[in-house]
Amino acid sequence: MKRTPLYEAHLRHGGRMVAFAGYALPLQYTSIVEEHLAVRRGAGVFDVSHMGEFLVRGEEALAFLQWATANDASKLRVGRAQYSMLLNAQGGVVDDIYLYRLEEAAYLLVVNAANIAKDWAHLQGLAQGFRVELEDLSEGTALLALQGPKAAEILQGLTEADLSKKRKNDVFAAQVAGRPARLARTGYTGEDGFELFLAPEDAEAVFEALLAAGAVPAGLGARDTLRLEAGFPLYGHELTEATNPLCTPWAWVVKREKAFFGKEAALAQACQEEVVGLVLEVGLPREGYPVLSGGRPVGRVTSGGYSPLLGKGIALAWVERGAQGPFFVEVRGKPVGASLSPLPFVPLK
Amino acid sequence: MDIPKDRFYTKSHEWALPEGDTVLVGITDYAQDALGDVVYVELPEVGRRVEKGEAVAVVESVKTASDIYAPVAGEVVEVNAALEKSPELINQDPYGEGWIFRLRPVDMGDLDELLDAEGYGEALASEA
Repeated sequence: MKRTPLYEAHLRHGGRMVAFAGYALPLQYTSIVEEHLAVRRGAGVFDVSHMGEFLVRGEEALAFLQWATANDASKLRVGRAQYSMLLNAQGGVVDDIYLYRLEEAAYLLVVNAANIAKDWAHLQGLAQGFRVELEDLSEGTALLALQGPKAAEILQGLTEADLSKKRKNDVFAAQVAGRPARLARTGYTGEDGFELFLAPEDAEAVFEALLAAGAVPAGLGARDTLRLEAGFPLYGHELTEATNPLCTPWAWVVKREKAFFGKEAALAQACQEEVVGLVLEVGLPREGYPVLSGGRPVGRVTSGGYSPLLGKGIALAWVERGAQGPFFVEVRGKPVGASLSPLPFVPLK
Repeated sequence: MDIPKDRFYTKSHEWALPEGDTVLVGITDYAQDALGDVVYVELPEVGRRVEKGEAVAVVESVKTASDIYAPVAGEVVEVNAALEKSPELINQDPYGEGWIFRLRPVDMGDLDELLDAEGYGEALASEA
């Protein structure tokens, strides 16, 4: 199993290590609920060094990315970032990604850890015929996510960059705790926060500096409950190779006014199902639980769990389009009432 | 891990504390720690008759759902209603306030088939 540059630091801070996407990563340090609430009320720091980073550069970098990604990369100025997707020939989702424009003709693409090899092959295939260079920086990049309402305050004490001038989705270079870093005001929790791209040898010093400044270490468990509460998709759950992104709440990513790989196939399909948010009356929904309406199955839970803010079970589920409630989720054989919820499940920044 | 000597244990990490002609049942410190934050408990119905090893309750943590098995055969005579509002009692006080249900065993002698504290400690050590 691979280790991130923070492996020893995780053990030192009491991290309970689990296998995730081929890496040993902390599930939690103290408690998932405590870490979740620390991020909602203060700040938490996650080790997301397992994620993949591809550098895309060259005179046709933009033209290539316009073809390879579903969002409109031409809208990105230097120093800005956007959420996007890679589609397959059938219009399904190869991955959901984040795209950062670092320089005039240099972009960083951040991909899900489990999809690194697949995305790399996919992009290599699409790059044929474009004057573009792709470089896989995944192994040589450490990535920390500092998230929460106090993230900016904590980080400001460690960097000379004026964070008050940085907006959501800005990306910029700065020193953090004396180490060179690339910072982005992005994240996966629904809170304000920053992601810090670092050289592996600098990761531990910056991690410790963030903790010393008041952030708590947070693990994969809290990362998942936070993203679920925020109504964000998780690849392999809400989004898969068979998913038409136009049938999801994240359809806004897909820009119909430009040409890109997979677009025509996605547009040609009618949505038989759609993704909805559900809040349960009692109990916890888990992935795979059936969603019922009128006494018959109309869908299934793709991500389910506990919302520490609501104190209830919440779920993202694929259901038949237009299915009428009342909905029930079958929890270990018993139907439990579930109400539709707008996303995010809780008010967020 | 805390393993009180006043009660019996199962290999599936329940404890059983005899009190008069009934037995109080909960999960061990090891089990609550392994589960992490307990956020929901599905309690059995009072009056239900259960066999030894039958799934009687469900403890759900953020991570997973875990069946709780009857350590001996008997009848459920009481449940810990406090867990409906405060499931975290299982994390905070697994051997006390976090008890789950009370059984009236068919035969109190069945408790002798369970592990004592020392035996449970050894079982944990061999599991690790």
